[in-house]
Amino acid sequence: MDFEDTPQEAAFRTRARAWIEANAPKHLAPELKRASFGSSAVTSEDPLKAAKAWQKKKAEGGWACLHWPKEYGGAGCTPIERVIWNQEEGIYGALTGPFIIGQGMCGPTVMAWAAEEHKRRLLPPLASGEEIWCQLFSEPAGGSDLAGLRTRAVPADDGSGDWIVNGQKIWTSGAQHSDWGLLITRTDPDVPKHKGLTMFFLSMKTPGVEVRPIKQANGQSGFNEVYFTDVRIPDSQRLGPVGKGWEVSLTTLMNERLSIGAGMSTFFPELFRMCLETEVEGRPAVDDPAVRSKLAQFAVRQSGLRYTGMRAITALSKGETPGPENSIGKLVAGATMQELATFALDLQGQAGVVWDSTSPQEGRFQALLMRSPATRIEGGSDEILRNIIGERVLGLPGDIRVDKDVAFKDIPTSGRAKKGGKA
Amino acid sequence: MNLDFSEEQKALKDHVRRFLSDRCPPAAVRAVLEGPQPFDRDLYAGLAELGVLGTAIPQEYGGTGLGPLDLCVVAEELGRALAPVPVSSSIYLAAEFLLQAGSEAQKKAWLPKLASGAAIGTFAFVEGQGRMTPDKVRAAVTDGKLSGLKSPVPDGDVADVAIVAARSRSGRDAGGISLYLVKLDGPGVTREALQTIDPTRSQAKVSFDGAPAELLGGEGDGWHIATQVMDRAAILMAFEQVGGSDRALEMARDYAVERMAFGRPIGSFQAIKHMVADMYVAATLARSNCFYAAWALSSGAAELPVAAATARVSATTAFQQCAKNNIQVHGGMGFTWAFDCHLFYRRSNALALALGSLSTWESLLIERMSARNTGEAA
Repeated sequence: MDFEDTPQEAAFRTRARAWIEANAPKHLAPELKRASFGSSAVTSEDPLKAAKAWQKKKAEGGWACLHWPKEYGGAGCTPIERVIWNQEEGIYGALTGPFIIGQGMCGPTVMAWAAEEHKRRLLPPLASGEEIWCQLFSEPAGGSDLAGLRTRAVPADDGSGDWIVNGQKIWTSGAQHSDWGLLITRTDPDVPKHKGLTMFFLSMKTPGVEVRPIKQANGQSGFNEVYFTDVRIPDSQRLGPVGKGWEVSLTTLMNERLSIGAGMSTFFPELFRMCLETEVEGRPAVDDPAVRSKLAQFAVRQSGLRYTGMRAITALSKGETPGPENSIGKLVAGATMQELATFALDLQGQAGVVWDSTSPQEGRFQALLMRSPATRIEGGSDEILRNIIGERVLGLPGDIRVDKDVAFKDIPTSGRAKKGGKA
Repeated sequence: MNLDFSEEQKALKDHVRRFLSDRCPPAAVRAVLEGPQPFDRDLYAGLAELGVLGTAIPQEYGGTGLGPLDLCVVAEELGRALAPVPVSSSIYLAAEFLLQAGSEAQKKAWLPKLASGAAIGTFAFVEGQGRMTPDKVRAAVTDGKLSGLKSPVPDGDVADVAIVAARSRSGRDAGGISLYLVKLDGPGVTREALQTIDPTRSQAKVSFDGAPAELLGGEGDGWHIATQVMDRAAILMAFEQVGGSDRALEMARDYAVERMAFGRPIGSFQAIKHMVADMYVAATLARSNCFYAAWALSSGAAELPVAAATARVSATTAFQQCAKNNIQVHGGMGFTWAFDCHLFYRRSNALALALGSLSTWESLLIERMSARNTGEAA
């Protein structure tokens, strides 16, 4: 049990630190330090350009996608070395936002299921940030019930073997910047819902693909709707067998929880700093017993997440496979940051309603309050994550499913009453 | 970085678990709950024979000299089995006081006896209600004689010797407090077992009236030493709480799988499933915080006070949540005397108060983080 670097890890850390010191975009440091959750870290220049520039530099220096094999643009590093890199990258890590979904979820899926020639074509530019990927999974009628998705792919009737896709996706992060998308479709509505799905990848510039940003509840637009109208996809861009899209999607979803949950900050250090600076009845807020009690509970959740992550990395470095227990990260972080933001505004009193540059920490907690509801939903809602922990970690029985063993086309939905039903 | 116990420590844990599943089934816990014995003497002798009591006591003082990490895995198993024995008083506290502050003669006199189970020790600290602050220590020593009232004293009815926090000079400040070794079967000591929410670990009222007292550690250092030792004990106690949390979680899970209602296992209802998932989350966070604290304990890191409070707050919260919701999952059966749920409920609420209540440790955590002037430590 130790937190010390081995000699090899220490040498890696020294090299990483020296390289970052020599290459990081230091002119962006002040605004990266101020960045809050749910808003662009960089505002003084085009944030996407800044992100791509840093990622390209890392790729050229051999520091991109550290854990990927070298032939796909990675560096073949160990899980621990990746953690060390993240520690050293520090605030500059906020620049990697546009690549999280591609490198964290789409990349591993392509690596697991694509043909070798596609891997060699697609993965290196994904690692270097030259190409951005999005994940086209959720739909208006299928979020938590992902397998209820309705976007249809049917074989083209010209004998080419191509597929023709029609339908709509939603909550697609970064689709407006993306070059490629990972797309799950329904190819057979006559079998139960999980069995009729097929996965593809496609260029987002394919004719018939239309991206429309969604204006979110917090006023920003990170998510999009993506419409597909007679979009033609060659069969060579299929990932996994026809009808096995659900199995392929599980690769993506587990990686999603790993990359969203791992090392998430709950903004506790920022709240603690505010409590050192804010007064309650003439004394620092941290001296108030009620404040201490709340802070302590936030503190132990933050540290519990941190050391749960370190235990997972320890297991990974011993050759164990990350499993559904990693769902805990986002489940705890999402709820904690929402409660924490609410508490921070409470301590600000009536002035907590103000959200501008005069707010404590330039409105960080107001921004967090307004963004955190999405964290509890995206990438598996709190409820889905509790089902995963309950069923896949603890072995509790699944819910009774009325749509099990029913052909997809016969499942009742909000817009479609059950056949022969009283509606 | 390696945040895990070693293979040897895991083997020790398995070994202790097998021993306890044989020698400390729920029936043994019940025997103490319902019977006249204040603790399970056979079990305690067995633990001594196994070398468990001396896990962190050096060989020269009769221990096995393994170390604090090994004691952490032992503590988790004792907590899981709800072992009705005075290990926390005698080993986490009394032995630790001797190791941290005892003279060579004091260590030689007492540590071998504590390790062999021939004697039981405890820490007599609390006087009255509320968080223990220096001004509450009224017991005092004059000319080597101790007078005052300590209550509750954990295992005070069965201990042979106590480390007592008392005033070596008058006043209300911490600097006037010293520690004393006092034989509880000697003159000037009367004690009375107390009725408590958890009779499987006894508590007593101990009155001192001119009892012979021998200084332990420097005069005036009592509060400082006690704080350090209680931090170390808090980490071990947190491991007991994690062990208890895990077992309560397993009981709830098993019942949710077996119990049928409305034609289906109750664990298939999300109301139950999500409650059990939340128990798992709390227990997992507590375990991870305890691993961090175990590292601090074994390495003597500067973070130890923060790590101890973190583990303690997290583990107290987890055990209380797991024990109360274990009853909830069991429904009415969980509230019967015959089911074991109340054994965990009792222990979780008793351990939540041992060494200072949850609100005290929450406050300590934030005081310590403020002193470091940073939220980064967590």
